[in-house]
Amino acid sequence: MHAPDEGSIELRGEEVRLHSVHDAREHGISAVFQEFSLVEELTIEENLFLGNELKRGPFLDRKAARRRARELLESLEFPLRPERKVKTLTRAEKQMVEIAKGFRSRVSVLILDEPTASLTERETESLFALVRKLQAKGAGILYITHRMAEIREIGDRVTVLRDGRKIETVDAGSTSEEELVRLMTGRVIDQIFPSIEFSPGAEVLRVEGLTTRSGHVREASLEVHAGEIVGLAGLVGSGKSELLRACYGLDGIASGRVVFLGEEVNGQSPRRMIRRGFFYGPPDRRAEGLLMNRSVRENILLPAIGTAAYRRGGFLRTGKERDTAAELAARLQLQPPRIERPVSQFSGGNQQKVLLAKSLTRDFRLFVFDEPTVGVDVGTRTEIYRFLAELCEEGAAVVVISSDLPEVLHLSRRAYVLYRGEIKAHLVGEEITQENVLQHFFEREVA
Amino acid sequence: MTDSAQREGREEESRRGPGHWAKQVFLRLGVLPLFLIGALVIFTWLSENFLTQRNLLNVVRQSSYLVLVSVGQMFALLTGGFDLSVGTIVAVTSVVGALAMAALHAALPEATFLVITLGCLAGIAAGGLIGAINGLGVALFRVSPFMMTLGMASVGFGIALFLTGGVPVYGMPFAFSDAFGFGSLLGIPSPVFVAILLIVFLYFLVSRTATGRYFYAVGANIQAAELSGVPSRRILFLAYLFCGLIAAIAGMLLTARLETGEANIGSSLALESIAACVIAGVSLRGGVGRLENVVLGALFIGLLSNGMNLAQIQSYLQTVVVGVLLIVAVIADQYRLRLMAADRA
Repeated sequence: MHAPDEGSIELRGEEVRLHSVHDAREHGISAVFQEFSLVEELTIEENLFLGNELKRGPFLDRKAARRRARELLESLEFPLRPERKVKTLTRAEKQMVEIAKGFRSRVSVLILDEPTASLTERETESLFALVRKLQAKGAGILYITHRMAEIREIGDRVTVLRDGRKIETVDAGSTSEEELVRLMTGRVIDQIFPSIEFSPGAEVLRVEGLTTRSGHVREASLEVHAGEIVGLAGLVGSGKSELLRACYGLDGIASGRVVFLGEEVNGQSPRRMIRRGFFYGPPDRRAEGLLMNRSVRENILLPAIGTAAYRRGGFLRTGKERDTAAELAARLQLQPPRIERPVSQFSGGNQQKVLLAKSLTRDFRLFVFDEPTVGVDVGTRTEIYRFLAELCEEGAAVVVISSDLPEVLHLSRRAYVLYRGEIKAHLVGEEITQENVLQHFFEREVA
Repeated sequence: MTDSAQREGREEESRRGPGHWAKQVFLRLGVLPLFLIGALVIFTWLSENFLTQRNLLNVVRQSSYLVLVSVGQMFALLTGGFDLSVGTIVAVTSVVGALAMAALHAALPEATFLVITLGCLAGIAAGGLIGAINGLGVALFRVSPFMMTLGMASVGFGIALFLTGGVPVYGMPFAFSDAFGFGSLLGIPSPVFVAILLIVFLYFLVSRTATGRYFYAVGANIQAAELSGVPSRRILFLAYLFCGLIAAIAGMLLTARLETGEANIGSSLALESIAACVIAGVSLRGGVGRLENVVLGALFIGLLSNGMNLAQIQSYLQTVVVGVLLIVAVIADQYRLRLMAADRA
């Protein structure tokens, strides 16, 4: 994908020059990337063998492809039918296909880049089992992750990289978590999560018996007050994201009521909701959050430039715009602090900061962050958590929707757990423990 | 680029000479300045009449129609679409404007000013209507811009031919052509004058208003724009409406120059206006492009055909050259993006 400017790559003691992804695969190097490299319009099986099609004479051998695809998915225990089109899959399912792609041919080196970002516990387990099987067969696995627990579970040696440089390689078993964090961030962090002073005030958002038209959310009720952080936990597809998206006007509402700042707001557009003071930061910053080829300044101020504060006689106040962008970039410690650079040229963590900065450009009353730290390094995570804490302490109502359990456990004053579109539990303060939350993640046996 | 990189760049310039300088210009401004310099050098060498004040003024006047249409086209491109019907819009405007003016002139031979005003309004309204229909199709019914504008191009062309029977429309007051076709104001030819006025207005609209910014936002990522409160449908609609209105104004100016209303003008405008935008660095994927560069891009295409005429290159071959340059510009732009990424790394 990228040609090295200098340095060399050695495979089994011999230097190799890789000119393309295809080239690498010939050498037995297979990679699974965070960003999906799937063709939406093709089926799963077509995607699995893309660039390496099974042929009989000059023709595609569809039967063999179907059979091999099914075997592959079964061995991974992914519940997918190979004839489905990729565009109909959920994010987690796409991730599974991406992983299966990495396993399709004989691999000697497998690179996995944050493969579990949207997988459930069970799916993660079967992935790990497969990785171990490959490992036993003598393959080398390069596992890229920011999840501490995974490093310890799957890794033998850990190499820590920071700012494009190798910091150190340590033994996974004998190195403590604190030590790893120190290596990753370059400083000692007593605590990744800040302690937050909650001072709950007036009710900001109330949802009563909400059912979405898509059916992803059923009969959900919740409330959010000023000065608190409310966590929403649940598996991928549990409806935790869809619930707030429906409130924001992104999903149709079939029945129920959404009351925001004392007014019923069913079926308003995002534009109207923003005007009322509702901020929603989407989970997929590339797809929904940011204008990748536009500058940081334009991205940060996009929600605000339509307001009177940035207008003088019909024209944009470009000076004020620049000042605000620079100020927010400084507050969120954007690295590098270049507000005229296109967002695409920043790291994932810094892109996320740009997304968060958008929430400070207007007088928002409710801040909903959907997966605020997805694909973000530990150092930036800490900064983002502190940012959320500050928002809350300044009296804002904050909702954190997250698949990352520790995030919900440590940030929330109250937490709702969703399962299959329904709110299964409402936990307050001390009740928010890993045990309590997990208990509601999965289906319980019903007599 | 960082300050230090710029400083380094400047230091290296003195060491590496014109090749490096050209690369820096290319990186900063794209392929257009190199094309312009190349064209100037080659045509000056081929024809002694090329680099004269009179000829260059002539180029600017002749290009003003394409400049206008290209600037309109930019709006559609910025939002991630394009408008293939600009040529038809010019034709419909010309035909409707000329028919209205001729009919009014016959009825009210004395009221020349009123006749010209109403005729222009009728023509521009007809062209604007096609733009508005394009906009509705794309914004409301989510028809792909390709199909929508291609379909409207056929509809419009058919209507223009139907209205005229394929025959040029005569009978407009002479004052119309005298003023808008051949006249000048403050020493500036009237089509150039109108173009400058519109460009200044649109420049401020695009770079200094929230609405202008929204065109870029919708083109860069319509989902993100919508989630950030941008009225994306309204913006899409406006892009095609603006494109139609600006092309319609060009159509009226062209009608004044030709002294007749014609259904057959403008057939090459869709390609040429898209070419002008792309050569000027407007992204076909939307979200990127600058108005001042588009003006230069259209002037470049005007310069090119003028130079080739003077150099006595056959008009059939000229279209070959435009097509080749368009493709070269796109390839050069890809190359430039890669260089820029490497520069920053």
